[in-house]
Amino acid sequence: MKGRAARDWSLTLGAGVTACFIAAAVLAAFWVPFDPQLLHIVDKLQPPSRHHWLGTDQLGRDVLSLLMAGAKTSVGVALLAVIIGAGVGVPLGLIGAAYRGAVDEAVMRGNDLIFAFPALLLAILITAVFGPGAINAIIAIGIFNIPVFARVSRAGALQAWTRDYTLAARVAGKGRWRISWEHILPNLFGLLVVQATIQFSLGVIAEAGLAYVGLGAQPPVPSWGRMLNEAQTLTALAPWLALMPGLAMLMFVLGLNLLGEGLRRGTERAP
Amino acid sequence: MSDLLHIQDLSVVIAATPIIKNVSLKVAAGEILGLVGASGSGKSMTARAIMQLLPPGASMTGSVQLRGEELSGMSAARMQAVRGRDVGMIFQEPMSALNPLMCIGDQVAESVRLHRTVSRRSARDAARAALDQVGLSGEAGALDRLPYELSGGQQQRVAIAMAIVMAPCLVVADEPTTALDVITQAQVLALLRDLARLRGMGLLLVTHDLAVIAQLADRIAVMQQGEIIEQGNTAQILQHGRLPYTQALLSAARLRPKRALEPRPDAAEVLRVEGVLLEYPRKRRSLFKAAPPLRAVDGVSMSIRAGETVGLVGESGSGKSSLLKVILALQNPGQGGVKLLGTAFSAMAGRSTRRLRRDIQAVFQDPVGSFDPRWPVERLIAEPFFLLDAPPWGAERRRKVAEVLDQVGLNAGDAQRYPHEFSGGQRQRIAIARALITQPAVIAFDEAVSALDVLVREQILELLAQLAERLNVAYLFVTHDLHVIRAIADRIYVMQRGRIVEEGATESVFSSPQHAYTRALIEATPLLPEANESLRARARGSIAD
Repeated sequence: MKGRAARDWSLTLGAGVTACFIAAAVLAAFWVPFDPQLLHIVDKLQPPSRHHWLGTDQLGRDVLSLLMAGAKTSVGVALLAVIIGAGVGVPLGLIGAAYRGAVDEAVMRGNDLIFAFPALLLAILITAVFGPGAINAIIAIGIFNIPVFARVSRAGALQAWTRDYTLAARVAGKGRWRISWEHILPNLFGLLVVQATIQFSLGVIAEAGLAYVGLGAQPPVPSWGRMLNEAQTLTALAPWLALMPGLAMLMFVLGLNLLGEGLRRGTERAP
Repeated sequence: MSDLLHIQDLSVVIAATPIIKNVSLKVAAGEILGLVGASGSGKSMTARAIMQLLPPGASMTGSVQLRGEELSGMSAARMQAVRGRDVGMIFQEPMSALNPLMCIGDQVAESVRLHRTVSRRSARDAARAALDQVGLSGEAGALDRLPYELSGGQQQRVAIAMAIVMAPCLVVADEPTTALDVITQAQVLALLRDLARLRGMGLLLVTHDLAVIAQLADRIAVMQQGEIIEQGNTAQILQHGRLPYTQALLSAARLRPKRALEPRPDAAEVLRVEGVLLEYPRKRRSLFKAAPPLRAVDGVSMSIRAGETVGLVGESGSGKSSLLKVILALQNPGQGGVKLLGTAFSAMAGRSTRRLRRDIQAVFQDPVGSFDPRWPVERLIAEPFFLLDAPPWGAERRRKVAEVLDQVGLNAGDAQRYPHEFSGGQRQRIAIARALITQPAVIAFDEAVSALDVLVREQILELLAQLAERLNVAYLFVTHDLHVIRAIADRIYVMQRGRIVEEGATESVFSSPQHAYTRALIEATPLLPEANESLRARARGSIAD
């Protein structure tokens, strides 16, 4: 009884918070209170007021608008990185589980190679070659999502392959590809949704981290990480500049984690 | 005899549903009481109620007295002292009852140290004595072995040693031999019987298998839907069980042959297995020394004629499942081959194999795992249509699925439901429907009724016999259960360590087995005596040996 209530609570709260941030990101694509690229030096470093709800920065830009536009960048980068990771990783995991042996070994050792490589190092490598930017951040984060999805889907698929329904499908003349597609993948769906939520939240943090060290989204594209970086020297003068993007990130990641946790418990219960 | 265990009006309610209703039982010292019933009849819950180990949310009324002492309502701390010291318990799955990381000597010694403040050494001595009693301390270092190093039967012996090490006056055994093969089962049962007789220990044996109980129990209590519907002396129940439910259990346990088929040597051969050899590589011993491969199937030949039911019997690990994989063309044999309807049939993907697959289908053991939980029944049953060149679809597919559902005794309306909505027996019917849909010449059954309850098993075997008769389909029935094979097979092959050691018509193999292994299997299988046979003589004989 207690467990169920706790699950419902974390699922609801997580879904609510996540929905708010995604709605803000979508809204930012069409409308923001003030143009985040428009400088208005006269109004610089204003504390939160009725006019600027979350204040303005050192160049007079509206912090709320910057946060909304930053959410758009954040959601976009994290989402595309998850799509890259799942799009490449899940098929790799399925192939490994379906063929076992040398194929499996090659796929999983390749994954280990990516895992062994520090994330930031690869990001620096990519930006050094292709130049910093949101697209390259997506690629770097996406590459790091690949082994995670490959492992999760391989583990789930290995378990599914032990069930007699895969034997029945083989007796019905179906090949490994078709069984993976028709029987294995749909049964992994819950598992993958949970993993996607977790990778999404990690993607948000990674995007901010890369932008913070100047390897992610470049000006004038707004980003929470760069907002934090720019606010660094002004924390004594205008604490809200660091506080607002920090809080936004904390809430968003917390919401995503609660959502993932709620989904995980939900899928565990299901047969 | 004084009553050791006295249960009076025991009722258990879980979430407002009565699970056990007014159960009254007595077990005297040195007595073996068999509690029998189909799954879900409440027999395991009764065993748990004695130990006061009910699941959370369950409430219990009535009285459970052990040597005159009331157990219900006893404090958790005092009950903990009673468990293990006064009442021992043995569970169905020995592997999950043992700690995998603790050597067996320590596990048994732990039971002692929990109840008595003794030195490590004397606890270990007690453990050695208990393991000695269950026949496990013969070899050097026996106490230091870990559970995974033991066979299932040996693990169950360790569990029994843990239950008896404190010399409890009562042992509750819940399906203690269901997970074991027949030969091991016979040994474990003999051990339990001797312990009860020699130590004057009461034994409550909970099982669904009347044949096991008939061998062991002094008295039998029959349970149905949470109530004891009949109890009495073993002989009395077996011969004059009055109630229809008891009768049904009895006849299910006797498993009479489902049909009498005249040998038809002229029938066409549908399946032929020739000299199949299958080896699995083993882990290398070292970099330079490859281990000899494990020979799972060692030159097996067999044949099945149209409409015939052939049994393949063997213990677990005898290679019968590996052989089945080769027969179903899911695995390539190292040597030899399979011919289906006169054409080579192998996993080497080829057009002919694909075409032939529709003529051999299979039913697997696990009624839960046999179906993709996300597919509705119609789609599941229609899956083998993938093998046809022009698979029917829409209304035509629905009609064909309804047809096979009808053949296996389900409704056409069941096609839109999902597998989790069905019981185990119904799911095996769905699996049979799936096997029938391409109208194959042969259906292979891999332990297809082993997971089912005795009464349901009876119904499924009945259905299979009817279908074979009506559709002239041949069956290859792979099982470890001699009862089942005797009831359904026309001819049997006995497999041991990858080889066929005996073959012949079922009745002739059972009446005059030639190979020592076959004889051992048949002797170990508990059989219900026919109603007229003298049980008393049998009981005396079993005490003497």
